[in-house]
Amino acid sequence: MLLGPSLAVAAVLFVIGVLGVLIRRNAIIIFMCVELMLNAVNLTFIAFAQSLGVGGQIFVFFVMAVAAAEAAVGLAIVLAIYRHKETVDLRNINILKG
Amino acid sequence: MQLVWLVPLLPLLGFVLNGTIALTRPQAKTAVSLIGPGVLLAAFGVAIAVVKDLAAAHSGTPAVFTYWDWIPVGALHISAALQVDPLSAVMILIVTGVGSLIHLFSVGYMRSDEGYARYFAYLNLFVFFMLVLVLGASFPVMFVGWEGVGLCSYLLIGFWFDVTANADAGKKAFIMNRIGDFGFLAAMFLIFQATGSLDFTSVFSAAPSTFAPGSGTVTAITLFLFLGCAGKSAQIPLYTWLPDAMAGPTPVSALIHAATMVTAGVYLVARTNLLFALSPVSSAVVAGVGALTALFAATIALKQWDIKKVLAYSTVSQLGYMFVGVGTGAYAAGVFHLATHAFFKALLFLGSGSVIHAMHGAYHHTHAHDDAQDMRNMGGLRKYLPWTWALMWIATLAIAGIPPFAGFFSKDEILGAAFARGGAQPIWYVFWAFGLIAALLTAFYMTRMMLYTFHGPNRTGEKEREHLHEAPWVMTGPLVVLGILSLAGGVLNLPALIGGNSWLEHWLEPVTAGSASLLPAAEVSQSTEWALLAVAVAIALTGIIGAIQLLKPAALVPARQAPAEHGLGKVLANKWYVDELYDAVVVKPLGWLSRVVLWRGVDQGLIDGAGVNGSAAVSRALGWVGSKLQTGEVGFYVVLFVLGVALVLRAAIR
Repeated sequence: MLLGPSLAVAAVLFVIGVLGVLIRRNAIIIFMCVELMLNAVNLTFIAFAQSLGVGGQIFVFFVMAVAAAEAAVGLAIVLAIYRHKETVDLRNINILKG
Repeated sequence: MQLVWLVPLLPLLGFVLNGTIALTRPQAKTAVSLIGPGVLLAAFGVAIAVVKDLAAAHSGTPAVFTYWDWIPVGALHISAALQVDPLSAVMILIVTGVGSLIHLFSVGYMRSDEGYARYFAYLNLFVFFMLVLVLGASFPVMFVGWEGVGLCSYLLIGFWFDVTANADAGKKAFIMNRIGDFGFLAAMFLIFQATGSLDFTSVFSAAPSTFAPGSGTVTAITLFLFLGCAGKSAQIPLYTWLPDAMAGPTPVSALIHAATMVTAGVYLVARTNLLFALSPVSSAVVAGVGALTALFAATIALKQWDIKKVLAYSTVSQLGYMFVGVGTGAYAAGVFHLATHAFFKALLFLGSGSVIHAMHGAYHHTHAHDDAQDMRNMGGLRKYLPWTWALMWIATLAIAGIPPFAGFFSKDEILGAAFARGGAQPIWYVFWAFGLIAALLTAFYMTRMMLYTFHGPNRTGEKEREHLHEAPWVMTGPLVVLGILSLAGGVLNLPALIGGNSWLEHWLEPVTAGSASLLPAAEVSQSTEWALLAVAVAIALTGIIGAIQLLKPAALVPARQAPAEHGLGKVLANKWYVDELYDAVVVKPLGWLSRVVLWRGVDQGLIDGAGVNGSAAVSRALGWVGSKLQTGEVGFYVVLFVLGVALVLRAAIR
């Protein structure tokens, strides 16, 4: 029931998240887009859980818990980068160059 | 005869003891003086006992003593075995007998040298290897001795290695001998391939049925063997190392480079006489090279001023005679000349050693730096060295071929055999003629050496003259013994023509029987033999009298004031420029090949450049391309990441 529309919304959200990560340069916004993708996946899990059982809903809780932890660590990293470079623009953060 | 192992082992023991002394207490000269000659005299005693047993046994087959399995590999079984037969009996007597005398002489000659113990250690080691060479019962055992004497020769030529020229002379000898050793090895491989064995006994018993007379295999084997002989015995084209080998101490020149080691090639041909008899071509090559060497070296000896160089070229020339003998099939005559030559040439070298000893001592007293070996600085030494003078004249008459001295009989026998062979194959007349001219030159240059050294006015110098004196008895004693041998050595093999019974020839018959049946000795009539004898004596006398008439010792000036040579004399004094020729034809191109092609081209260009540095450059280039992907921009990584995920998904869904 409503499986198709739910998946469609989830797909749209996911693509928005991906495009955001690819296009935007601000670390915070990229971070938000990552969250968006996670939540798109969560929506998919919920949609399938209706027909396939409760396992999908349990997975969503896992994802939320891990996402919370990831948000804490990720925001801390962004903060640390900002303190170091006084910017969160990813174009200025390229010290990984080989 | 069971004690034959003691013969080589005693000198080896001497080497170990003297070597230990040389390393630990180099100043202990008395102990060395006892051990060095002592082990040789003991070995000589054992050798006499062994030969006595052999003579009593009257056996036609060689007595082989096997000690242990040395190389058992597949079909190849080589035992460490010694063999006593008439030929090796003659050789061990010469090696230990003449060796003992030269060791005794060395006690006086080398007494004041710092490397006294080291010298005797090397000398003992040489005798050990020489005895292994002549006693070995198979080609590989002989080869061990063959290589060992080469090593000792190298060590002793370069004995005074702090002078670069001496060390270089050692290397030259070693390298030229390697060329010959290649021939020896190749011959061994061919022999093993053809007969499946390397023991003398089985090879020689299999040879007549395995090889057709004159076949390609046996010719190849014998020519390779002869290449080995040419290296070891200083024959054309590998002779140039021997004159340079005179850089070593004079007793070494006497023992190694005149009496024993350089005759190893003659011994090898005599040992494998059956194979050479099966190949007429090789025999002709041996005789031809021998004749050519005899003549060629004799011409060079005419114009040398260094007393040892004269004797060195004379040695090369006399070795040529021996090869004429063994190449002609007169194996006994070749071995006979080997023996007599060991006597008179050892005497000549030791005599020259005694002269150099006196000259060196005189110059040492006055701190002069003149050449103690240059005959232009000698002259009139007869007054100061009467014993040496008399004994060296005996040796000179012996080598010139004046009856009844030893060299007359042996040389005449070789020339007679060559002449007799000429009846069947006329080329041997040419060899005979070469030998005859060489005999004339030999008589001439030996007389020249004696005149310039011992006669005429003295040119050593006013102050030096009073320090010239005869050597101590430990040096003149061996000279006297060798003098007696040079005088009477001919009795070993008196020809039937003058009432002898050719003792040595009969003694060697068991060894040469196989080849004698293949190649019967050519006979000439008795009147021809008398004529040949007369010609030989006339030639020798012409040489001696000619030298006395033509040369004016009184007109000579000391070396430092000597004028330059001109024309043919210059060519001869420069040894026909053979060394320069070898340098231009072999050494320079080889150096160029090594430097330009092998070093710069192959080593630096190919291996270092393309191989080592090339692979490094390739991985660097790949790494550079890879590193360009690492922009450091996270966004770029994410694009790749997404693309990757998309690709994986695409593959997974399909």
